[in-house]
Amino acid sequence: MTDRSFTEIKKRSGTIHLSERAWGYLFACPAFILVSLIALAPINAALWLSLRQQLPIFGIDEFVGARNYLQLLGDERFWAACRTTLYFTALSVSAELLLGFGFALLLNRLSDGAGRGLRWAHVMIILPWAIPTVVSAQIWAWLYQPDFGLLNYLLYAAGMTGGRIDWLADPDWAIHAAVVMDVWKTTPFAALLLLAGLKTVPQELYAAARVDGAGTWEQFRRITLPLLMPVVLIVLVFRTMDAIRVFDAVFVLTGGGPGNSTETLSIYAYKTLFQTLQFGYGSALATAMFVLAAVLSLLYLLLLRRHVQESG
Amino acid sequence: MAEVRIELIEKRIGQKIILHPITLTVHDGEFFVLVGPSGCGKSTLLSLLAGLDQPTAGRILFDGSDVTDLEPRERDVALVFQSYALYPHMTVRENMAFPLRVAPRAKRLERNRIEEEVQRVAGFLGLSALLDRRPRELSGGQRQRVALGRALIRKPRLFLLDEPLSNLDAQLRASMRAELLRLHKELKVTTIYVTHDQTEAMTLGDRLAALSQGRIQQIGRPHDIYAAPVNLFVAGFMGYPPMNLLSARLRNDGLQAGPLHLTRPSDAPTVDQEQIVTVGLRPEDVVVAPATDSGNEGAGFGIVRLTEPSGPTLWVTAELNDHSEVVTISGSAQAGFVPKIGERVAVSGPRATLHLFDPTTGQRLGAS
Repeated sequence: MTDRSFTEIKKRSGTIHLSERAWGYLFACPAFILVSLIALAPINAALWLSLRQQLPIFGIDEFVGARNYLQLLGDERFWAACRTTLYFTALSVSAELLLGFGFALLLNRLSDGAGRGLRWAHVMIILPWAIPTVVSAQIWAWLYQPDFGLLNYLLYAAGMTGGRIDWLADPDWAIHAAVVMDVWKTTPFAALLLLAGLKTVPQELYAAARVDGAGTWEQFRRITLPLLMPVVLIVLVFRTMDAIRVFDAVFVLTGGGPGNSTETLSIYAYKTLFQTLQFGYGSALATAMFVLAAVLSLLYLLLLRRHVQESG
Repeated sequence: MAEVRIELIEKRIGQKIILHPITLTVHDGEFFVLVGPSGCGKSTLLSLLAGLDQPTAGRILFDGSDVTDLEPRERDVALVFQSYALYPHMTVRENMAFPLRVAPRAKRLERNRIEEEVQRVAGFLGLSALLDRRPRELSGGQRQRVALGRALIRKPRLFLLDEPLSNLDAQLRASMRAELLRLHKELKVTTIYVTHDQTEAMTLGDRLAALSQGRIQQIGRPHDIYAAPVNLFVAGFMGYPPMNLLSARLRNDGLQAGPLHLTRPSDAPTVDQEQIVTVGLRPEDVVVAPATDSGNEGAGFGIVRLTEPSGPTLWVTAELNDHSEVVTISGSAQAGFVPKIGERVAVSGPRATLHLFDPTTGQRLGAS
């Protein structure tokens, strides 16, 4: 049917004789060009830049090959940023996944009872995610403020601390303060995806499991969790990529400090690029971050593929 | 194995009554069928027995002990779902082993004992070659047997089946019916089987209960129910083609249903002359003959509207017309007679068993 009409169109087009394949590529061109312009071109430019030494203030612009990358290997600050980034990622992503799962189960249970409060619960849960990160980070910065911040006041009022903790200036607390803020902000994303996943599990499977003798925990472990694995992996991929590239949350809260204790890869790259204007080296840092995110995503996707094959 | 007593079980959802108070005993080792049209409450009753749902009032007793408030896992019942509800991410082996794996720690079998049990049940059901497949790689009949296997592996006290054959094609359904009866003979587990298909109910059940609108209409052995339905619902629901239910007037010598004259049964209840009753007669007792054949006494004449060949019998639906009343009736064509639609035929019920019902209450009249 479609074949025939396509043949007719070709016939009518008269002078232009192209194979179906060529037509296909032709039609895909606009999308391809668009993607090239907004994604591939900047990536290529950054890659090219990372092979050069470019310091505009000294008028230096020369090709140096892999030298930037070799310098990267010996750069202690780069490795520290890697550790900070991975620490931040591991902590925030696992907390988001666990909390998100909890909220998803709660919301799912609520919607079984068809309660009126459900819509409100949905709104409340999604709200943190809807606020721009810079704004919420600023709000959290005020909460963390040592002298007038709400957090210290509440902890003090509850008698849990002796007094003033400078959350963002203490090298041990600062990164965790950023993690808490990130978890608060992006748990809704995980919760919503997982809730959508929970909705696809047929209720009958739970009825069958109950009759078969499974308790609540067994139902969760043997039915909910395995059936939700694909969604869990998708959440992990998305959240890990985001967490590795984390910038605004940490930058607004601490600016990478105190010292460089909360400096993530993207903040280091930003400072190198735009504060010290080392375009070549900064691009190498950005590329390294890209590679890290790509490797981790690939790992997840392999896991996902294996899982799908197993259950397929 | 257990005797199941249902005492005044009632189920409401909000103001809506799903089940009116029901009392029913299923004997130990019996194959009991709950039959009724969709929405009659039969599946709800099954859920209550499984413990998946709580009754509004009443008690359920297994072997005399009250299980009304027990969780499904504490009741030791097995349930086969209409959709089978197999766990899609598990192999056949894992599906069947599931009830043993999640058993309370104290009662849980060792790994190799579980495997032995799976092998035993799989052999029994002809699933040995399929143990490593996943449900979606199986045919409908195979899935059905996996669901049965998962239910049987635990040797439950009570075996509940919710329309287990309705997703199978006709031929497979017939062979699975035989299979179910064989299983029941060998295992002797008390079985409660829910279906909307009256043929299934008639062929499978030791006894059956016909449900309609949340009430039990009649309980009995299939033949007794077929021979003496207690009300119009049961009369119309059990048996295929459905019983003819005609409005008739009582006369001295018999019953007049439109143009059709029927001999009054000898055991007919004493009712007033000229009283209107509903008379039921099964299509197999109604003879459809060529119009020229005037041999049958009391025959009415009519036009054939529909013919339905079913192998041994040709079912005929005819419209009888005697100027004042039109009566539609189904019957079986006389041997060798193949009427065409629109043809004029003679319809009679010379040796028909007549069932008389009160047209207002729908209840059966008379002792029988």
